[in-house]
Amino acid sequence: MAFLLIFFPLLMAGAAAIFKSNRWRPLFLPLTALPQLFFTIMVLVKPELAVTNSWLVLDPPGKIVLLLVNTLFLFCSLYAVSYLQYRKERDNRVFCACLIAFAGAVSLVTWSQHLALMWVAIEATTLVTAPLIYFNHNQLSIEAMWKYLLISSVGIALALLGTFFMAYSSMHGGKEATLSYVTLLKNAPHLSKTWLHLSFILLFIGYGTKMGLAPMHTWKPDSYGESPGIIGAILAGGLTSCAFLAFLRVYHICHAAGEFAYMSKTLVFMGLISMATAAIFMVGQRDLKRMLAYSSIEHMGIVTLGLGIGTPALFGTLLHIISNGLTKGVLFLSVGNIHRAFGSKNVDRVRGAIRLLPFSGTLFLIAFLAITGSPPFAPFVSIFAILNGAFEAEKYITAGLFLMFLLLVFIGMGAPILKALQGSSPVPNREKMIFRDTIASCGPIIGLMVLVFILGVYIPVPLSGLLNDAVHFLGGQP
Amino acid sequence: MTNIINTLLVLILVLNFFSLGSSRIQSIIHTVAIQGVLLGFLPLLVHSHLNIWLLLASLTAIVIKGILIPNMMSRALRNVQIKKEVEPLIGIMPSLILGAIATTFALLFTSQMPLVPEHNDKLIVPAAIATMLTGFILLTTRFKALTQVIGYLILENGIYIFGILLLGAMPMVVEMGVLLDVFVAIFVSCIIIAKINKSFSSMDTRMLSSLKE
Repeated sequence: MAFLLIFFPLLMAGAAAIFKSNRWRPLFLPLTALPQLFFTIMVLVKPELAVTNSWLVLDPPGKIVLLLVNTLFLFCSLYAVSYLQYRKERDNRVFCACLIAFAGAVSLVTWSQHLALMWVAIEATTLVTAPLIYFNHNQLSIEAMWKYLLISSVGIALALLGTFFMAYSSMHGGKEATLSYVTLLKNAPHLSKTWLHLSFILLFIGYGTKMGLAPMHTWKPDSYGESPGIIGAILAGGLTSCAFLAFLRVYHICHAAGEFAYMSKTLVFMGLISMATAAIFMVGQRDLKRMLAYSSIEHMGIVTLGLGIGTPALFGTLLHIISNGLTKGVLFLSVGNIHRAFGSKNVDRVRGAIRLLPFSGTLFLIAFLAITGSPPFAPFVSIFAILNGAFEAEKYITAGLFLMFLLLVFIGMGAPILKALQGSSPVPNREKMIFRDTIASCGPIIGLMVLVFILGVYIPVPLSGLLNDAVHFLGGQP
Repeated sequence: MTNIINTLLVLILVLNFFSLGSSRIQSIIHTVAIQGVLLGFLPLLVHSHLNIWLLLASLTAIVIKGILIPNMMSRALRNVQIKKEVEPLIGIMPSLILGAIATTFALLFTSQMPLVPEHNDKLIVPAAIATMLTGFILLTTRFKALTQVIGYLILENGIYIFGILLLGAMPMVVEMGVLLDVFVAIFVSCIIIAKINKSFSSMDTRMLSSLKE
């Protein structure tokens, strides 16, 4: 099953790359995404399919991320068909092939039970997403792509060194040099502490760069800002979740080695720093997409904080990965529509978006409320669960700061977004507009929004079972 | 055997200084190519019992790091028609001094770390750290995009040296995957460099500064 989930998208990516017609090529996206989600659900339903060999096993946290990314990928690929139809003039060969290949790389990340194999997969996700950022083919997107590739590659290189240090710590602890996740977990108490600490720091910096934690976040506003909205959705919802999963496995090993106290302070501190950085840079931000990038930094900070709080907050943290991923999908896709209608993503130019684009504008507004933690949406539930965990762990100062930053972000994000959405639009003649809301451009967003809403009201039993399994797997009480 | 390995590692360290001390980009590429070939021989020497897989891994590393990547970079360099790294952030002499400090730091760092006994008399760990730091120095103090990519390659070389200690932990497939990733990363970078050069008429990364707060 692992091979199917990994190689089917790669095969489709190859097919899309040699397919001639620019007009019909985007259809490869949903044609990959639908079976991919179907296979994912099959694996989730039939646990015996989740083991392929000793390196490729889908563990519970992997299941969550695989399900999230493939759900997001399906909606994004439906959206992509209408988006690429709209941008017929642009050759979409590289775009389609890389986007489809991304799904394959994600599968490898979620399945791999070997830390170096997982590293290879994470680096592969970087490499296939870099060309996507360049879709607009202008100077700004080159700059964004260059920064993304350089910063991510260097960060990821540090993660490779950290991975090697992990193996060395096993070797120095008197065990074989291994990078197998299961063996490392089993030998965790024997790992050499000095090397393990170094390894943890390097892996945190490395995968943290991929997640976009401050102060390694600098590539994020640039690449989210200059790429199409759909790529923003894929990066903020999918790529960051993969990086989080990679770090979660490292966290699990260190936790099993009895190093929680050592990690906890670092993680809580770095999580709060990311939230603070996001809050500061949101004030006065005039670019809507860059604003969303800072929101992504904030939410990566929240999940890092959740890990730092420990087992009481684990359920909330894992749920937050799902709710953040889906809500980011709504935000980026709807801001993409707004960008197209106004020809700008700057709040000085965008006015009265709700009046001009009743659907996209409204969805953007609701998603903004959702991502800042307003009930009754999914992020509210997960943020609340993390906060609850903080109180349960008796980390009152942390909880207080957490709440304060959430409030600051709400204020910082709210002002420009409301400005862009309200009022009368500067476009005088609506008939002349080239872009308007259609079923194809809004349907997928509505679908995602419905999911965000449902998860905010009620978490289905299979999903809560999956989350509890993952919490249990990571060493907490379900 | 330890003597041969250490000699090889010292040569690699010397090459680090060559890369820091040269302002012609083509000669830095040659330096990295030689370093790549030397690196490829290391696993054969460190692991006493030879087998076909080890030989294959070694050969692949030599071909990718010593031949393919440097060729790709030379081609990128010819396309952009720039010969020299003019006005780096810090001059050649300070770069060399930084390199010396980095190497000293690497030796000190290793002496502080608990090593597995059989690694004590080998220079592998300090050489790995020093090479990584050299890569970092090139990455941060040079402005030409291509030189930064070379810095990244040297950084990867340093990590590769450390990886030699753990050959048992890295199955062949994974080893190949890592090499492939590095290759593709540099391949993509070279394409971007061509694009940067086309739209900015330069490969100076200081041109890439319109995106900021």
